[in-house]
Parts: sequence; structure tokens; C-alpha cells
Amino acid sequence: MEERQVEFRNVSFRYQEDMPWVLKNVNFTIGPDEWVAIIGHNGSGKSTIAKLMNGLLFPQEGEVYVGGTKVNADTVWDVRKQVGMVFQNPDNQFVGTTVRDDVAFGMENHGMPRDLMVNRIQQSLKAVRMEKFERHEPHRLSGGQKQRIAIAGVLAVSPEFIILDEATAMLDPKGRKEIMQTVSDVQQERDLSLITITHDLQEVTMASRVIVMNGGEIWMEGSPRDVFSKKDHLTEIGLDTPFVSKMADHLKKEGVRLSREPLNHQELLEDLCISRSTM
Amino acid sequence: MHISFDHVSYIYQPNSPFEHRALEDLTFSIESGSFVAVIGHTGSGKSTLIQHLNGLLQPTEGVIHIGDYTLKAGEKNKHLRELREKVGVVFQYPEHQLFEETVAKDIAFGPQNFGVDQKEIDRRINEAVKATKLPEALLDRSPFDLSGGQMRRVAISGVLAMEPKVLVLDEPTAGLDPSGQKQIMDMFYDLHKEKELTTVLVTHSMEDALSYADYILIMNHGKLYREGTPLELFQQEDVLEAVQLDVPEVIAFLTKAKKEYGINLEYKGQSLAELAKELAHQLRGGSDHE
Repeated sequence: MEERQVEFRNVSFRYQEDMPWVLKNVNFTIGPDEWVAIIGHNGSGKSTIAKLMNGLLFPQEGEVYVGGTKVNADTVWDVRKQVGMVFQNPDNQFVGTTVRDDVAFGMENHGMPRDLMVNRIQQSLKAVRMEKFERHEPHRLSGGQKQRIAIAGVLAVSPEFIILDEATAMLDPKGRKEIMQTVSDVQQERDLSLITITHDLQEVTMASRVIVMNGGEIWMEGSPRDVFSKKDHLTEIGLDTPFVSKMADHLKKEGVRLSREPLNHQELLEDLCISRSTM
Repeated sequence: MHISFDHVSYIYQPNSPFEHRALEDLTFSIESGSFVAVIGHTGSGKSTLIQHLNGLLQPTEGVIHIGDYTLKAGEKNKHLRELREKVGVVFQYPEHQLFEETVAKDIAFGPQNFGVDQKEIDRRINEAVKATKLPEALLDRSPFDLSGGQMRRVAISGVLAMEPKVLVLDEPTAGLDPSGQKQIMDMFYDLHKEKELTTVLVTHSMEDALSYADYILIMNHGKLYREGTPLELFQQEDVLEAVQLDVPEVIAFLTKAKKEYGINLEYKGQSLAELAKELAHQLRGGSDHE
């Protein structure tokens, strides 16, 4: 099997035996250096997927493979070296008394030499623009700052997969953009796959592939452009579409011809200019 | 209830090495019955500001008036209980504060503490769950068996059951999916109108500030940076950008259309459908100056 990929094979999961299935026969593969966004309404099974990827949960049916290794109780510690995870609420993921201790925590668990740790702490704090806060106490930071520290902690371990489980939900708009830019830079510089679980449509357009979850099943898989061109169906399952996508729809109703589903302002405006010259 | 801040400052841990000035010389007022959005990047002092609105924090300097209540620096406030009965605060991730055995008990906790009788509490529970669209069948369930979205509604119901006059919302839709976000915001907006509440919304969503607020306060480094109506403030992209804020997407789009493509459309609060119509008209060669 291909190394450095995450694979779900016929995975089903439920929290208790008398509870409904949260995931039903889910199959997908995330390859090396891919950026995959997983979207879906609350309760569609997105976060459960994330927890199955690093062995916080194990499936009742089917198998999850990370880097060719089947995730189970025996392999979970190896798996977690490869899968870094950042959760939604920054207050629930702090252990260190200073920012540097906190960033070091993951590395300490993996027994890294001190010199390397010192180096990595500085590098990863710089990547999230928190280098000035090395000696600060985490609980005194704002929500957005805390989240950047959490991301730094994951970067420091240098995993092959990073899962951001609604990690930007609590950040302000500029903070969100910064984090996404940071994550995107890191993804390009280092060999790693990125899995973002998100409601933020801007984040979705940055991914190379989108998996849409609904009622515990994969409802659709495709490029952001493919997915957003099905906007009527997305609305049906409680999802939103980006502003440009809605604007494009209204324009089409007004008889304006567009050549493709726009993903950003630029694409829509370029299309409008072509249509202006031909109208 | 009318709210006013008069030269209010707040310092965390004064006279210690950790001293931190979170609010500095804030002066503004909020009209009774208005819907005010407080925006500003993370750490700008928004949350510190709203913690003054029900007396969780007391100003280090200055005076705050909330209706008939006065919070003054250096004075012990005796009427906090009454104030807290009038000012309902929905904190960030309010579902983390659920603790009771059943949904009904959790919603009843606030009014019970303020000595409301059981009959009235039952009435309020019913009204609150109706407003938040929680199925009544859930009232006897444990709040911890519910989904995240439902837990959020239980927590909000608990605040509504206090029947506050002022509703303070600290990013009430964070972490919800888009349709959940819209439902919750529409619900708050309906309540605001119906009960003639004074609503203060802290948000990172410029779109929500544009859609719901009559007035906006922009915070930066603990100071009031700008105030005004959404249409006034959101036209000034550079002013917002200087404090790390974005303009709502519709305005950003129209600005770009004008600057780079010579498409001239002014934003006056139109819906997307209306804008598309005007845009299509322009593309066909029509203009306002015919």
C-alpha cells in the first residue's frame, strides 16, 4: 500500500450500541501533499472522521490506515506521531505553563533532543507569528493567540498529516486569514497533507479537494468548483455557498452569461468583463 | 435600557508586573432598543467591555450607566443582583456552562435563583424553548445527550428565561454550521424587535454586523476606534484595514469592481438579487447617467 496516505475502508462508527450510526460505510483516501476540506452540517460526522484518523476513536466496522499502518490500540502511539490535530476550542488543549513549554509538550512526548526542540519552538512560533510570546502564560492570551500556539505545537512535531478541526472558528477575520496563509505556506514548504474540517467557505476554496458529509455518509467529493456549482443541493443539506457563487446565480437569472463557476471575486469580475464586451 | 460609558478604563491586575490596560478611556452610549455590534480584532477589548455590562467587572476608572444602575470606579455596587436580572449575557460557547440533570432544570436555574415561582418558571421555559425552537420532548432529557447545536439552544433558553431587557451576545454563533448560524441570529433579531430589547452583539462576522446592527462600535487596543452606522463605517475599507478588520464581502466585491473593472455600483443595503439586477443593467450598457 502507498505510504504516507490516510485511507478509510468501509468505516462505520457509532458512539453506543443503541445509538444511530454516526458514520456509515465511509471510503476515501487522502494522498501525500493533498489539501482536503471536509464540510457538512453539525452532526454530519465530520469531527468523528478526524477522531478516527488519530485513534481517539476506533471504528466498529471497517479499517482506518495511516501511512500504511492500521489504526488500533497497539499502533495508536505511532499513528499520533504522524497525525497532528488542532481542535476548535483553544482552552481545552493547553498543558504548559508558558507558551514555549506548551509548544514543547508534543516534542517532549516524542523524546526529541533539547537542541532540536529549542530550534523547533522558535521556528514554529515564528510560523504563526507568536515569536514574541515565548515566555507568556497561555491562559493570558486571547482565543486567537491561543489557537496559533496550538498550531505551533503541532507544527513543531512535524507530522505528515495535520487535521484542523474547525480550528479557525474562534479567530477574527484577519487572524483566520493569517492562520490559513501560514498553514498553506507550511503545506507547500514541507511534505504534509492537510485536512481541514470547516464551515468557512473561504477555507474550502483553498483546498484541492472537498469531501461533503451528510447524515454520516459521503454525499459528494470533488474540486471546490465542482462542489459549489451544485449549490442548490448544498443548501438542501444545510450548507451555505460562497458570496461569489450566490452572486453568480443571481446574475445568471438576470441573463448574464458566465463561463464557469467562480471561486473568488477576481474570477467573477473577469467573466463579467468578457460578457460586457459581448452583450 | 439606555447604556452609557463615561471615561471608562479597566486594568487587569493593577500595580503588579502583569498589569494590563484592557480598556482605555471609553466613552459612548447605546440607545435603548437599539442593536449594536461591537467589532475589533482578537484582544481588542470587546469581551472585557461586555463583562462590564452586567457588573462581572467593575471599571477601574470612570462611570457606567445601565438604565437606572450606576457602576462607578472605586465604589461597591449593591444592586448587582437586580442588574443581572435585567442584563442577560450569552457567553462564547455557552453550552460549556450546562450542568443540570435535565434540560428543563438547566433552563430554570437562572429564574429560580432570582426567586421566581414555579408556575412562572414553567411559563418562561415554554416560551424560551419556543423562541429557540427546541422540541419540547427534549425538556426531560439530559442536556449532555444533545447535539452541539441543541446544547447551544438550551444555554440560550436559560438566558431568555430570565426575561432580560438587555441581551449581550458574545459571538453566539461561533462553531455552528452556516444554517445554524443564520437561524440563531434571526432568532435573536426577532426577539430584539418583539421584546424591544437593547442588544449588544460581539462578533467577528462583518456580514452579521452589516445585516443586523443599527450601530457599530469598533474597538482597537482597548480604545473606541470608530463608531457609526454599518453603511457609514463599512464604506471605509482603509479605516477598517488599519485595525485588521475586513469590510463585508459584498462591499469588498463592489470596491474591486469599481477600482479594477470600472463597474460603478454604490452599496445602499441592496439584496444580492437587486445588486445582480443593477449589475446586469450596467453590463448591457445602461447607466445611471442616461
